[in-house]
Order: sequence, then structure tokens, then C-alpha cells
Amino acid sequence: MKFTPYRGLTAIAAAALVLTSACAPADSEGDAKPKSASALADCKPATLPLVKPGTLTIATDDPAYDPWFSDNDPSNGKGFESAVAYAVADKLGFANGKVTWVKAGFNQVIQPGKKPFDFDINQFSILPKRAKAVDFSTPYYSAAQAIITLKGSKYAGATSLADLKDAKLGAQIATTSLDAISNQIKPTAKPLVYDDTSKAAQALQNKQVDAIVADLPTAYYLTSAEIDGGTIVGQFQPTKGKQDTFGLLLSKGSKLTPCVSAAVDALGKDGTLDRLEKKWLNQATDVPELK
Amino acid sequence: MTPSERQFERDRYRRRRTLTRGAVAAVSTLVVIGLLVYVVGSSPGWDRVHRTYFWWPDAKSAFPEVARSFWLNIRLFMVVEVFVLVVGVVVAIIRVVPAPALAPIKLLAVLYADVFRGTPTLLIVLLVGFGVPALNLTGMPTSLFWLGVVALTLSYGAYVAEVIRAGILSIHPTQWASGRALGMTYGQTMRHVVLPQALRRVAPPLLNDFVSLQKDTALLSTIGLVESLRAAQVISGKDFIFTPYVVAAAFFIAATVPLARFTDYLTVRSLRRENGLIT
Repeated sequence: MKFTPYRGLTAIAAAALVLTSACAPADSEGDAKPKSASALADCKPATLPLVKPGTLTIATDDPAYDPWFSDNDPSNGKGFESAVAYAVADKLGFANGKVTWVKAGFNQVIQPGKKPFDFDINQFSILPKRAKAVDFSTPYYSAAQAIITLKGSKYAGATSLADLKDAKLGAQIATTSLDAISNQIKPTAKPLVYDDTSKAAQALQNKQVDAIVADLPTAYYLTSAEIDGGTIVGQFQPTKGKQDTFGLLLSKGSKLTPCVSAAVDALGKDGTLDRLEKKWLNQATDVPELK
Repeated sequence: MTPSERQFERDRYRRRRTLTRGAVAAVSTLVVIGLLVYVVGSSPGWDRVHRTYFWWPDAKSAFPEVARSFWLNIRLFMVVEVFVLVVGVVVAIIRVVPAPALAPIKLLAVLYADVFRGTPTLLIVLLVGFGVPALNLTGMPTSLFWLGVVALTLSYGAYVAEVIRAGILSIHPTQWASGRALGMTYGQTMRHVVLPQALRRVAPPLLNDFVSLQKDTALLSTIGLVESLRAAQVISGKDFIFTPYVVAAAFFIAATVPLARFTDYLTVRSLRRENGLIT
């Protein structure tokens, strides 16, 4: 076959047409501002805009870590966040059997656009910049940060954040802990960044880092269950005068946000959040405060 | 001597043909790019994609941190490429040398190539980065940089050894025979006759592996090294934006394009030399 100009252009045009049809957009979505307040009474399973009508689809990461979840099974109601999720579902009028859990990785969750879940619960810190990409509910927990090291380390006796300036520190990526290192401790050596806390814990045991930073409940769990000879040096608030708070994460502009926030507020008012916190996270009260 | 009338006619025809071909290429490029820009730009989700992945202010603020971290990638692949070449040549030679006394080492070399070529690089990185220090052996490197170098060398050495071995085996037996006939030993023939030809022949696939290696330095982020992709990931995870990834990608592309063009050049040159083709 001779490749004439005419035939070549036809082929190109045809290819372009195929491309056009293949790239047809799948969805379109408005950027509606969430309504700030909503009466919980208006939020009924029948009227809520759910991913799967009739059931509440809740997401978290895989693996789901203790003490937020238990045995990597969010549907067992054990662990703080699993319990909070079921309490929120209950407030919205979903029986336990009407809750479905799905696994969602971090990058999938923070993508803009429609999400395959109604909300995600996975220790997401509420930050203004993040709120440009997703919606957050009102906070259900505020976390202190903690420094973990090995017993016998020269940093085990640190009493202030300044004592840790020369330490080689590690933390999990995309956590407030990492921000706290660079904003408050300001170590001379750059912090090492790990995919998850268990990798950071491994690096600590290998003495590849002197200490790791994590939120207090995670720190307590790590030292009691995962790290041999691990000890919590102390705790501190990640931002001066302001607490780090966790919120449920929803698609940007989700019509569900006001209802979920109302449910979290109600749980705070009736003392459920305090009760769940005491039940699942209350082991770490004797940790000294780092100045 | 003046060219004949027919020769002028030929030249005119060739010029015309070159012009037409150029015009078609230009028009088709314009049409395809224009259509792509139109289709992507007019899609309802483009605004969102634009703000998430290609947002200029985010790119500008991420640039210094990603650039600083890319220096680590450069140092990593520069060092690893040297080690990989050494490991590759040694393992390849061990595998082709016919000496029967070397059988145990040859067996080891085969085992090495099979195991490390078959294992995902990420797993090797994790095993070397976390597993080796956990052994608590004295004399083992503890610096993450060198652990990363070891991991990538192990993985890529196996690939490159196979490429070089294929190159050695592709050299015609008469080359060996000629070398030995001239009185050279086996080693001398390998060193002066076969290996130079083999390396030249496999240069394009070899550089291909190096391009791949440059990108895989990003895998070392899993053991805690903050290289450019991880630096981008840190910003992305903090602010829930993805533009920093695109910035990091730009750095990787910038580092691999020169290598890719060099590979093209080498391919064309060896074709010309070996086959007498003008391209």
C-alpha cells in the first residue's frame, strides 16, 4: 500500500475521533459549599444521598492500625475509630448490619472527585489546605504528638523538644507528626519519611533513626505491642495553642457532610466520644509533657 | 561535467517529495495536538484536573524542595550505574567461561541472576534496607544511602549480567577462533576481541536498563530516604494536592531524556558501522 498524503490524513482524523470518544468524561460535579449546620432530625437513611442506597459505606485504609481499629477488621466495632464510625452510623439511623466497610488507600482518598464511600475514617487531620480538596466533618478527636525512642537511648531522658534537636528523627508520611518535626523540633538532620508507622518503628529498632514521632495513641500502642524496648519520651501539642484534630473525610461538597458533622457533634454532646476514648485510647495519661 | 536533464528532473522530484512529506507531517501534528488540547481542555473535569495536577502556584512552591531532593537521586544512580556495570560484566563472564572447575561459582551466578531478576525490586529494597541492619552484623553498612546502593545493584546487576551475556554469546565463533589462532589466551581473546564488540552491541539495551534504574531510585523512598518523589509525596500528603508529583516527574524525565537520545545515537552509529547503512 502506498502511503499517500490523503490516506495519511484520513488515518489521523480517524485516530483522533477514536481518541475523542474514548476520552468522554465520566462525571461532572458542582463545587457546592457544604451547609454549615444541619438538624440531625433531617438526616434519615431514606433521604441521605448515599453511595449505595440503604447502607452507609465507610472507608478506611488497609491495614487498619491499632488502637484505632483492632485485628485489621474495621467491621468488628473494636478500636476507637471503628467504634466512632458505628456510633455515627447509629446517630444517622443505620443499624450495625446496614454499615458496609470498604478499603481505600491514602492517594485514592485524597483525589478530587466522587468517592466510592460515604465517609472515610482514618486519623485525617483537619487542615485548611486539605479542605480545598475534600470535606471534613467536625472533629471527633484531638491528638497530642509523642516521641518514641528505645530504652537506653541518649534521647530517652529528653525533657524538652530542644533536647531532640540533634536526633535523627523519623515519622510516617502525610501525618501531623512530620509537620511537627519540621515546624517545632527543627532537627539539624532532615527527618526520614516512612510509608507507615510500622516501617518507622522498624527503622527505630534497626537504629536507623534515634526517635520517631507519632500521635499519642499510636505511640502508646507501638511501645506496648510492636517495639521491643520502646519507650515514650513525652508528648506535646503539634501547634502552639492549637490542637491537632481528626475529622471524618468526605468528597468535596458532599451533601452528606452537614449530617455527618451533626452526628459527630451529637456524640460529643451526649458524652459518647469521651466514653469511647476512655475505652480504647485511655492508656496514655502518665506521659510527661515536653516543653 | 553537467548533470543530465534527467538528473535535474530527479532532483526536482525529490525536492517536491521532501516538501510534501514535511507539509503532511506538520499538518498532521498540528491537527492531532489541536484535537488533544481541545478534547482535554473542554472536558467538564478539566478544571479539576488542572487544579489538582497542573496548578502553577503549587508547582512553584514544590519546586525547590523537589529539586534539592533530586540531587540525592542523581548521586544514587551515578554510583549504582558504576557498580551495576562491574557486577554485570563479572557475572556474565563467569557464566560463559567454559572452565569446568568453576562449576560451583557458575551455579552461584545462575542462581543470582534467576533470583534477583525474578524478585520485585521493591522487595529487595525492603529486605536490604530493613532486613540487613536488623541482622546486627558488624561491618555491614548502616547508612541508608549505601544500603540503597546495594539493593539496586543486586537487582539491576542481574538484569545487566543477562544483557551482557547475550552480547557475548552474539559474537560470532569465528572471532574467538581468530583470537586463539593469533596466539592469544582465552582471557586475552575475551578482553581484547570479544568483550569490546559485545559491549558495543548491547549498548542500547544496557542504557535502556540504566534509564529504568534512574527511575527506580525512587523505590528507595520506602526505606526512609527522602528523594525527589518522596519529597513530592510529603507535600502532596500534607496539602492533598498532586502537582508536586508532576514536578518530580519532570525531573526524572529531564534526567532520562539525554540518556535516551544518547541511546538513539549509539544505535544509529552501530547500524551504520556494522551494516554500512546510511541513516
